[in-house]
Amino acid sequence: MLKRYLLRRLLVAVPSLLIATAIVFTLPRLIPGDAVQLMLAETSYAKDLDELRAKLGLDRPFHVQYVEWLGRAARGDLGESLWTRRPVLLELAQRLPVTGELALYATIIAMLIALPVGVLAAARQDSVADYIARSLAILGLSVPAFWLATLLIVLPAIWWGWRPLTGYVEFRQDPLAHVTQILLPALILGIASAAALMRLTRGMLLEVLRQDYVRTAWAKGLTERAVVIKHGLRNAVIPVITLLGTQLPQILGGTVIIETIFGLPGISRFLFDAINQRDYPVIQGVNLLVVSTIVVINLAVDALYAVLDPRIRY
Amino acid sequence: MSATTSATLELNGAAPAPAGARRRATAIRWALAVVWFARAKPLGAIGGIIVVAMLIMAAFAEQIAPYPYDETIRGARMRPPSSAHWLGTDNLSRDMWSRIVYGARVSVTVGFAAIALAILAATAIGVSCAYFGGLWDLAAQRVVDAWLSFPVLVIILSVMAVLGPGRLNLIVSIAIIGAAVNSRVIRGATLTVMQSQFVEAARAMGCGHVRIIARHLLPNVTATIIILATIGLGAVILAESALSFLGFGVPPPYPSWGAMLSGSGRTYMLRAPWMAVWPGVAISLAVFGFNMLGDALRDVLDPRLRGGR
Repeated sequence: MLKRYLLRRLLVAVPSLLIATAIVFTLPRLIPGDAVQLMLAETSYAKDLDELRAKLGLDRPFHVQYVEWLGRAARGDLGESLWTRRPVLLELAQRLPVTGELALYATIIAMLIALPVGVLAAARQDSVADYIARSLAILGLSVPAFWLATLLIVLPAIWWGWRPLTGYVEFRQDPLAHVTQILLPALILGIASAAALMRLTRGMLLEVLRQDYVRTAWAKGLTERAVVIKHGLRNAVIPVITLLGTQLPQILGGTVIIETIFGLPGISRFLFDAINQRDYPVIQGVNLLVVSTIVVINLAVDALYAVLDPRIRY
Repeated sequence: MSATTSATLELNGAAPAPAGARRRATAIRWALAVVWFARAKPLGAIGGIIVVAMLIMAAFAEQIAPYPYDETIRGARMRPPSSAHWLGTDNLSRDMWSRIVYGARVSVTVGFAAIALAILAATAIGVSCAYFGGLWDLAAQRVVDAWLSFPVLVIILSVMAVLGPGRLNLIVSIAIIGAAVNSRVIRGATLTVMQSQFVEAARAMGCGHVRIIARHLLPNVTATIIILATIGLGAVILAESALSFLGFGVPPPYPSWGAMLSGSGRTYMLRAPWMAVWPGVAISLAVFGFNMLGDALRDVLDPRLRGGR
C-alpha cells in the first residue's frame, strides 16, 4: 500500500519538474527590451547580433528551443557560460559542494535547536523556560541574516581587531579551517529557520496535548516522556515537516546573501553574478539544478508524511 | 442624532441620546478589551506599541522627521549620534533618524499589502485543494510544487525585470512566493481537520460545499492562518529589506532600511558603525513587534489554546 502510494507520488513529481523546467526556461526570456542587444553592447559576448542569437538559440521558435534545451539538459549538457566560456555543468560541479554543505549544516543546526526547545516550551507552557524560549525564537525571526552577518564581521573587528577568514579554504587543504569557516555562516542561516520551526513545533504540540487521547494517556499513568514524545510529538511533527520542506528553498535563497558576504564560492553567488552579467546559460543551469533538488526533497517530505501519519492517503 | 449633538446634550446636563450612548459603550468595551489584553499578554502589548509606533512613523513621517530624507546638512558628514542628530549622520551628511522615519513607509506599505495578497491566495488554494481533492488538488499542487522549488531571488528578479522596478512589483513578487509557501501549510492543516467527525456529520446532514468550508473548515484552520500571517508579516518586512539590501527595492534616494545597510552602510561601517547599526535595529524591532503581537493575538483568538494545562 505504502509502496504503491510512493510510486504514484513519484509519477506525480514528473509534471512538477516539467512545469518548473518550463518556468526556468521562460523566465530569462521575459526580460524586456532587446536584452541581446544590451548584452552585445555591455559584455561583447559575440561579434554581432546574429552570432549571439544563434549562440543563445534565440533564432528558432520558442517551443523548439525548449525541447532542445530540455533534451540537452537531460544528457547533462547545460551549455557553456557566456562569461567564462566553460561548460556550465563543470562550473556547477565545482560550486555545488560549498552550497550543499552550507545548507546541510544550516538545516541540522535549525532542527537541533527547534525540536528540543519547541517540545520544552509546549510541555512547560507559560513557565519561565517557555517565555525565554519564545522570546529568543521571536528575536531569531526578527534579526535579518544579512545584518547579523554584518555585525559579526564589524563588531569583532572594531573591538578586538579580529576578522573572519577571507578567501575560501578547501576541505582537502585544511579540514578544520574549512569546517570552522562554514559553521558561522551556517549558524546565521539556520537561526531564522530554527525560530520558525520551534514556534510551529510548540503550537502544534500544544494543540495535540489538549486532545482526548492524550488525556487518556495521562490517565493510564504513562510517564510525561511517553505522553509528550510518543503521543504528542509524533502527531504534532507533521506540519513541522511540511515547513521543513518549505524552509529549504528559503535556506537556499538565504545562501545568496550569506555567500556574498562571507565570500564563499557556492552556486548562489554564481547565480547572483550571472544575473548581473545576463549570463543566461548559467542562470538556467543553476535554476534547473536547484529546482530538481527541491522537487526531489518535496517528494521525500510527502513520503515521510505518509509514513508518519497513516491517516493521510491520497 | 449625531455624536456631536449627543455630547453637547450631555454637557448641558440632558439625558444622553441612545445612538451616542451605544457608540460610547462600544468605545468603552474596546478600551476594556485593550486593557485586558495588555494585562493578560504584556509581551503582546509591547509588540502592539511597537507596531502602532511604526504605523504612526509611516503615516506622519513629514511631521516627525526633523529633516527631509534627502537633505544634506552642511558640515555634518558621518557625525556620531548627538543631541542635534539622534542617530548620527551618513556619508552624504543626511540625518539618520529622519531617514529611518521615512524608511518605515516602505516597510509598512510593502509588508501589509504583500501579506494580505499572499494569505488570501494561499487560503483559497490550500483549503480548496484539501476539500475538493482529486484532479484539482493534483494539478494545483504540481504548480505549487514548481512554484516552491524556485529560488526566491530569481522569481523576484524576473518579475521586477519584466514589470520594471517599483513598490507594486515588489509587493506582487513577494506575495507570489508567500502564497505558495503558505498554501502548503494551510492545505496540510485542512487535511487534518477534514478527518474530523464533525465534517463527516455536516456532510451526512447534507450541508453544501460553501457551508462546510465556511462554517466547519475555515474556523478550524484560523489558528494556522493567524500564525502564518503573523510570521508572514515579519518575514515579508525581512524579505523586503533583503531585496533592498541586494539592490532590487525602492530606488534611491528614497530610504528603505535594507538599502541603508548595503552600499555606503557597508563601505563605511568600520568608520561609522552607526550607519550599519540603526537600520538593522529598526528592521529587527519592527519584525519583533509584529511577531510578539501576533503570538499574543493567537493565544487569545484560539479558544482551544486558552487556559489548559
